Amino acid sequence: MQELRERAAALLADGTVDRVLGWRAGDMPWNPEPAYFETQESLRDFVYDGFCGANLSKYMIEASKLDGKTLVCLKPCDTYSFNQLLKEHRVDRDKAYIIGVGCRGKLDMEKIRAHGIKGIRTIRGAGIEEDEKTLSIDTIYGQKSISYEDAMLSRCHVCKGKEHRIFDEQLGTSKETQDADRFAEVERIEAMSPEERFAFFQKELSKCIRCNACRNVCPACSCRKCVFDSTKFDSAQKANSDSFEEKMFHIIRAFHVAGRCTDCGECSRVCPQGIPLHLFNRKFIKDIDVFYGEYQAGADAESKGPLTSYTIEDVEPGIVGERG
Amino acid sequence: MYKIARENLSALFRAIAAEQELYLPVRTAGQVNYGIWTEDAEVDLDTLKSVKSPKDVFFPQSETLYTCVKEGRRLTVEPEALKEQRFVVFGMKPCDVQGVRVLDQVFLAEPADSFYAARREHGTVVSLACREPEESCFCKVFGVDCTEPSADVAVWFAGDDLLWKAQTEKGEQLTVMLGGLLEEASGQEQSLLEEEKEKTRRIVGELPYMELSLDGWDGNAVEERFGSSLWEELYRPCLACGTCTFVCPTCQCYDIRDYDTGNGVKRFRCWDSCMYSDFTMMAHGNNRTSQMQRFRQRFMHKLVYFPANNDGMYSCVGCGRCVEKCPSALNIVKVVKAFEKEGGAEA
Repeated sequence: MQELRERAAALLADGTVDRVLGWRAGDMPWNPEPAYFETQESLRDFVYDGFCGANLSKYMIEASKLDGKTLVCLKPCDTYSFNQLLKEHRVDRDKAYIIGVGCRGKLDMEKIRAHGIKGIRTIRGAGIEEDEKTLSIDTIYGQKSISYEDAMLSRCHVCKGKEHRIFDEQLGTSKETQDADRFAEVERIEAMSPEERFAFFQKELSKCIRCNACRNVCPACSCRKCVFDSTKFDSAQKANSDSFEEKMFHIIRAFHVAGRCTDCGECSRVCPQGIPLHLFNRKFIKDIDVFYGEYQAGADAESKGPLTSYTIEDVEPGIVGERG
Repeated sequence: MYKIARENLSALFRAIAAEQELYLPVRTAGQVNYGIWTEDAEVDLDTLKSVKSPKDVFFPQSETLYTCVKEGRRLTVEPEALKEQRFVVFGMKPCDVQGVRVLDQVFLAEPADSFYAARREHGTVVSLACREPEESCFCKVFGVDCTEPSADVAVWFAGDDLLWKAQTEKGEQLTVMLGGLLEEASGQEQSLLEEEKEKTRRIVGELPYMELSLDGWDGNAVEERFGSSLWEELYRPCLACGTCTFVCPTCQCYDIRDYDTGNGVKRFRCWDSCMYSDFTMMAHGNNRTSQMQRFRQRFMHKLVYFPANNDGMYSCVGCGRCVEKCPSALNIVKVVKAFEKEGGAEA
């Protein structure tokens, strides 16, 4: 982290960049926040550790409108989102100086809390350079521990790899943390009967409070005005008026990001109600792989997306009926 | 003071539910929120904080106000019925009870909100004291003692029992209704409870946020706080989602909308968030045109405007839900600390 901070300070000092987009240390060991740093002095509060899960690619939409270059710290999986935004002309490559930062999986406070750990004072083992396999947590209720793996965000268990897909320079080392099959959860749901499947999603989505955190954090949701917010159409929807609407928002959103979603997992990370929203997107990804050939959104910034280009081999709409 | 063995709580809930609707913390798909008790409900009294505060028992996220139906040339307007049956909310934490007092200031002030007032009138609140507060808690800052619930009935876990103390007439009535299930608590059990409370108070004293200073935050601070350049810095990571407002026990803003039913409209109100771009949109446009202004509004309302209009009462109760749930790790504590730091730097 010190190396990263020093490099950022040097790039600020020599005028390569006008600001640094990274994370500021929180007032708890687990709550660093995305932040801009404009002076070398302010970088004192810069932090990069296991709790820096936020994908900063989306912030680059706004940063692209600012004067000068923004240094942005992107983890390997975040670079897929940046590429996709670049492909959609939502960010300006010339306004970004990308440092591909190392990653060994990011941590999920919900997992730590679900382990019965509370009253936290300090957490050891969350550093990026350390390779400790256990988090040692000092709490008001005694000394606790949890393995780094058990405390990781679900998305890190299906890590896309340690390679940065776009960067100006790389700092730090990364570790691939995949230990689960990416589509196993989707397959489990596909195997359900239609009634079971409906009940599963009904139960999950009934928790939704329409806070829009999933949408606002999503790098693929980059419309300037969301159709659900627009007062000019009947589609404005601030609260679910019935159980149909509570599903509609999420299903429409999943359709809208299909083929563009990189599976960054931010939707599920931020959902206050723990709804596994990524499952919708991952179902689309799986189907796209089957029907159009394997495709990973954001793997590059140039190739055509399967749903935005036509080929004679494209699957016919009738497939929906055939598959049942 | 009465008691009931913890293992008999199901019988207690069944007895309440036989007479009245019973709301309590229920775990559904992994998360705890307040819901209606049923035989199958997975009641969870151990999780300290429900995701949403229980405010929706009195102020639902979405509720119909009236319905218009057009039949031929005839138009009928049917107001929604007010709550007329008694109900019980079991397990509300002391901070959330304080949250309801904040809502009372808004909805019960004349002209009182009839929907809210009817629910308050018919609801009996059983508040459960906290035993193991968490690092995100800061209720003490707002004068809440989490070991001494102040509600119709106060309950505490101590040993293998739940201790029960009615504190109002409604609470007495509920106690009488449940007479057969409650036993007189012995002096020994009551002293065990005092020990438990003392233990919890010691923990409260050690929590990092409990000593947060609200110096400089009051109804007189409007101009000084509003004009601060700090807001420009503080709002920047904000995603403009409504998580903080929707999990908050005191956020009370709502929008009124019409739902087209095909042959009429249902006029309903639903929670609104000052973080949203169309919040308080009027014919002339919007009062607040930037996210900085929207972000500032939330904290100015809680710590300055609300106390200015309500004899110094803050509209934050220190439950810490925003601390745990903000996707960008922003929260009211960070805001207060940032101003404190700035004040220190100037001095």
